[in-house]
Amino acid sequence: MTERADELLAILASMVRVRRVEERLSELFTQGKIPGFIHVSIGQEAVPAGVCSCLERDDAVLTTHRGHGHAVAKGIDLKRFMAEIFGRRTGFCKGRSGSMHVADPTAGVMGANGIVGGGLPIALGTALASQYRGEKTVTVCFFGDGASNEGTFHESLNIAALWSLPVLFCCENNDWAQFTPQSRYMKVEGVARRADSYGMPGVSVDGSDVLAVRRAAAEAVARARRGEGPTLLECKVRRWFGHYVGDPQKYRPADDVKAAKALDPIERLVSRLAGSNALGTDGMQAIESRIQAEIDAAVAFAAESPPADPADLHRDVYA
Amino acid sequence: MRETRYVKAINEALLEEMARDERVFIVGEDVGFGGGAFSATRDLLQRFGERRVRDTPISEAAIVGIATGAAMRGLRPVAEIMFADFLTLSMDQIVNQLAKVRYMFGGTYRMPVVIRAACGGGLNAGPQHSQSLEAWFAHVPGLEVVMPATPHDAKGLLKSAIRDDNPVLFLEHKALYASKGDVPEEEYLVPIGEADVKRTGKDVTIVTASRMVHHSLEAAAALAAEGIDAEVIDLRTISPLDKDAILRSVQKTSRLVVAHEAVKAFGFGAEIVAMICEELPASIRPRVARVGAPFAPVPFAQEKQYLPSAADVVQAVKRVMVS
Repeated sequence: MTERADELLAILASMVRVRRVEERLSELFTQGKIPGFIHVSIGQEAVPAGVCSCLERDDAVLTTHRGHGHAVAKGIDLKRFMAEIFGRRTGFCKGRSGSMHVADPTAGVMGANGIVGGGLPIALGTALASQYRGEKTVTVCFFGDGASNEGTFHESLNIAALWSLPVLFCCENNDWAQFTPQSRYMKVEGVARRADSYGMPGVSVDGSDVLAVRRAAAEAVARARRGEGPTLLECKVRRWFGHYVGDPQKYRPADDVKAAKALDPIERLVSRLAGSNALGTDGMQAIESRIQAEIDAAVAFAAESPPADPADLHRDVYA
Repeated sequence: MRETRYVKAINEALLEEMARDERVFIVGEDVGFGGGAFSATRDLLQRFGERRVRDTPISEAAIVGIATGAAMRGLRPVAEIMFADFLTLSMDQIVNQLAKVRYMFGGTYRMPVVIRAACGGGLNAGPQHSQSLEAWFAHVPGLEVVMPATPHDAKGLLKSAIRDDNPVLFLEHKALYASKGDVPEEEYLVPIGEADVKRTGKDVTIVTASRMVHHSLEAAAALAAEGIDAEVIDLRTISPLDKDAILRSVQKTSRLVVAHEAVKAFGFGAEIVAMICEELPASIRPRVARVGAPFAPVPFAQEKQYLPSAADVVQAVKRVMVS
């Protein structure tokens, strides 16, 4: 698989968009402009950008509490996304959900989930709907290494394989389950090898190499579209920051943070592109300023939108 | 009209709705080749095939997740969780996921999911196969909770539940599966959220549901012989609660007994008694009593002594008849 120059630029832009959105969110949160709490995936951008570059708009994505990147890379409208995180009535969920539950089914962003492992069983259902109707759409279910220890992981992978469901189970293994390092909650090394127990391919890739992620995802997605069933794709990534924005990470050695930041998926792709003329002379700057403008517009839209409507809290409990 | 068993009425409702709507499918343990642990899905696999009648591994969280995800993409799943006690294994998927999808995601989704489960005691199935857990689910906004007492209501309510765009927890009483009752030959629906006055009376209101409807009617017959005229209201739906039907009756009788098979403490009886205290005009000070199981798990051999009976309802009525 060789990417065309425009594809490479789109993937780079996708990673940059995810990074800059989350940097802005962190900044706004720290300034007290966003209520609640937020979880960022800075340093892990290669996974959403690489995987979503293989998807069509009507493919389904389920994501997690650390899910801004997946929603943004899948193509969610940034204005209504930002408005939701600000708790405004123009947000995708009318301000009822915030950062942890953003959804836009029209973009295939089925919904982010605040329960670790909660999305895995739901992915079976969205994938079954594709199979049931004979559609070629696939479901990607993102989750973390921590979720692979939930019972739902076992139930879901078993059924997905048994029924040959068109799902890509994409595990972002960032080595931490909230405040606990992997060596303290898993005996086996890595998540991909667990696929063997369910009768599906398990693939492990360097999750800060966006092209490695994309190529592995493309193969899994193609397999799912052919009706050949699910794949467990483990992307080994590094969490640059804490579990939540503001987490002082007292539980984590400083070296670990330093090592994480040495692996920058954006820099890696940029230096790869430097040898070719794909980026052109002002390529990176053009991407940055375009994205800056998108984010500025989204933040302005959110900030200017009216707050969530108190009367709305009674609506939509039932259809 | 013809006499039909409760379980057959459920089977007919499933069959008719599957024939009517291609989007309806069944998912659960032993629902296909097994025909259902209580035979509720008998012959549906033969009629509709494995695509629409899906046997699963023993994975209750996944069963509800499958239903939730499929509904988010436009299908109308009917999930079976064999024993209501096993709903505990799918609690996150029911409470945090299914019940919240519509609200949490801004009203974008419709969630036409039915979860059928067999509740209640009476078969000496012991502490983990006999519970009545309806109050837990009635406490969760976003869910509807239905508990039919008769074959007629079971069929009409299940058909309504399948056509409803909200998640419905459909609790079938396992001791009623073999019971018989009149079921019309022609198609009909019973609306969700509407109680049914199973016996009219003027002296006391008995509000009940599921199997306790039959014990309450038996109690009412015994009380009639003593000159006490009891009205028996079968809620049929626990949530949404038909408050008007209860208030109307208690305004007439000024006496209320709520009878359920679940443990009395924190059961739906408590909600109903509190509701009438809040909502009845101040001039009416109803006398109230509750009938429910003791605060203990459902025992195996002592089940008969444990489960609330017609005699318990009679005693409760006599307590509120004093003065």
